[in-house]
Amino acid sequence: MALPVERDQELELEQIEIELLLEGIHRRYGFDFRQYAPASLRRRVRRRMDGEKVETISALQNLLLHDPAVMERLLLDLSVNVTAMFRDPTFFLSFREKVVPMLRTYPFARLWVAGCSTGEEVYSLAILLAEEGLADRVRIYATDINEAVLDQARLGVFPLDKMQEYTQNYIRAGGTRSFSEYYVARYDGARFARELAEGVVFAQHNLVSDAAFNEFNVIMCRNVLIYFAQPLQERVHGLFYDSLAMFGVLALGQKETIRFSPHEPSFEELDAEERLFKKVR
Amino acid sequence: MSYEVIAIGASWGGLQAVGTLLEGIPQQLDQTIVVAQHRSAESSRGVLESLLQRHIGRPVSEPGDKEPVEPRHVYVAPADYHLLVEDSHFALSVDARVQFARPSIDVLFESVAQVYRDRAIGIVLTGANEDGAAGLAAIKRNGGVSIVQDPQTAERRMMPDAAIAGSVADAILPLEQIGPFLYGLCCP
Repeated sequence: MALPVERDQELELEQIEIELLLEGIHRRYGFDFRQYAPASLRRRVRRRMDGEKVETISALQNLLLHDPAVMERLLLDLSVNVTAMFRDPTFFLSFREKVVPMLRTYPFARLWVAGCSTGEEVYSLAILLAEEGLADRVRIYATDINEAVLDQARLGVFPLDKMQEYTQNYIRAGGTRSFSEYYVARYDGARFARELAEGVVFAQHNLVSDAAFNEFNVIMCRNVLIYFAQPLQERVHGLFYDSLAMFGVLALGQKETIRFSPHEPSFEELDAEERLFKKVR
Repeated sequence: MSYEVIAIGASWGGLQAVGTLLEGIPQQLDQTIVVAQHRSAESSRGVLESLLQRHIGRPVSEPGDKEPVEPRHVYVAPADYHLLVEDSHFALSVDARVQFARPSIDVLFESVAQVYRDRAIGIVLTGANEDGAAGLAAIKRNGGVSIVQDPQTAERRMMPDAAIAGSVADAILPLEQIGPFLYGLCCP
């Protein structure tokens, strides 16, 4: 066995360095990553170390405490969640069948896409709602911790080479038109129709530290909570509960659970397989 | 020395290979078994689970986020997610593909190496890419055991070849001999 004792010490040292780094970021820049799930966080910090060409986390800490530009780059690494349009097509099928009829009963509905990243999910939802004739009766609030990704989301430009995959997803998600009607191919990518973003409010919001800001009929937060450790997941679930109207719907990612919500008994399964839950008390 | 987890990585040809390997793991072994098998993002939910379940008496499942790690269970990384371990539970991510793969064997193995250190066993099986080599090296570097399928017996030998080139393999074996080897390691 290769030097287990020294290696143990290295790993412990790395743990100390990570904790100090997160503490430093919190105190210097106000972003609190201390309750993020450690395994992915560690990978993302290492990626930034490679990017900045430093060998240790302490060296990275030194750089980013003194240079906000380094912090901005790390913030992108730590907070950007990779997503796709109509990811999990069966989820969107279920949304059409089970959530849309409920939305029709309201004169006006508010939807919140929490942790929207670069906006793929927002545009998917906007397309779905437009096809269901609800575009004028809904407002989508799309929030993220990171201003830079919100700017990207506002633009609504996605890589052209993804369009084949997204088209397939769209069809499997029950899309009723031709997907290519929604975007124009430009040199810089597939630019999605302006109308789609008209009913969308993009705003900065930090799930870790910010409070509820409105009452919603639907909250969509898919594959965001997986990056949080359990205590932080509980906090965010509390925030979602407080932000949902009675009979409002919470949509989670395929592998996420409502079990960590302190309000689990207040929800009913609308579609257990697709992770759609309805607030009933 | 007591091992707690056996991590298995496979790609092209892996469906068959993982099944054969699991069948050959003696019932007496209590270790948690974690599998990262490359497959397309669209592959239907639960299919790999039920295929593997046919081979063995152990419970097989795709872990949910923060699900506790149980002994004897076989956990399969869900399609289109990276699977990682943290202390006593699983974690998932949708971070970018690593070497074109999600789930990535390297991501799983590196997290296993970090948490289980010298209580981890890593096994790289058939595949037509180089995923798993860095992860297996991490397991080895942290005091764990590295096993590679004999490339001559693999449906695609590129992945075993890369794993052997990437670190010192403790054993290079055909599938049928990996079970008995594990028995020797875990049930002395």
